[in-house]
Amino acid sequence: MPVDPALVGRSFGPTALFEVTEDRVAAFAAATGTPYLAGEAAPVTFPIVVAFEAMTALMTDGTVGIELHNVIHGEQRFTYERPLYAGAQVAATLVVDSVRSIAGADIIATTSAVTDATGTLVCTAKATLVHRGDQS
Amino acid sequence: MNAWVEGSVLPVQSYRITRADLVAYAAASGDHNPIHSDDEIARAVGLPGVIAHGMYTLALAARAADAWAGGPGRVRSLGAKFTRPVVVPAGDDGVEVVVAGLVRSVADGLTTVALEVTCAGEKVLGGATAVLA
Repeated sequence: MPVDPALVGRSFGPTALFEVTEDRVAAFAAATGTPYLAGEAAPVTFPIVVAFEAMTALMTDGTVGIELHNVIHGEQRFTYERPLYAGAQVAATLVVDSVRSIAGADIIATTSAVTDATGTLVCTAKATLVHRGDQS
Repeated sequence: MNAWVEGSVLPVQSYRITRADLVAYAAASGDHNPIHSDDEIARAVGLPGVIAHGMYTLALAARAADAWAGGPGRVRSLGAKFTRPVVVPAGDDGVEVVVAGLVRSVADGLTTVALEVTCAGEKVLGGATAVLA
């Protein structure tokens, strides 16, 4: 089932506040081999952890028509307003920017705003999801 | 920040990925898709074997960007398309990912870098760019 273009402009989230703990940052840094000392900025791609929750909210919404196992992560970009440090609480709110249909696939462009507990924007995570609707 | 100018070729960074890294990344990121841990499942969906998370490869690009910027917290923007999977064989040797960088512009204290991220000589990310403060 193709994804309805009326999805454009819909938002998902905000996700529950996510605690950016030293342990979570250190585990992410260790897994990616990123040098990290307590008190330093979190690895650049760390906000994917909370952005992924907003993407999951989109992909598992029964009204959207996405089959999760047919989704490929096509593109990802992070743009920072300020570095992210352990001790922050963050949440992500995703907005669908565009839906295009190319060769039987839906190309869904999204922007997730990652904000702290005061609502201040920390970074923007733009993801393109490729949904191959004719695979199953 | 280093005195990069337009056209500066940045020091090449090489990183090794093993399956143990992917297991650790799945736990740390919450992305538990089994194509990143199970050969049988990866092959069932048409892949040659276990592949790295695209986000893992992007994290390596981020490491290179941090190294060029001279430390953490200086990357203002980083992104890429995931154009080719990085197949990670079993064993301690894993696979090597190489990150090269070319300075595209320097303006207003910001350095824009085009990254070329390759595995076994093939580009694995498309249009990868970083903006460093």
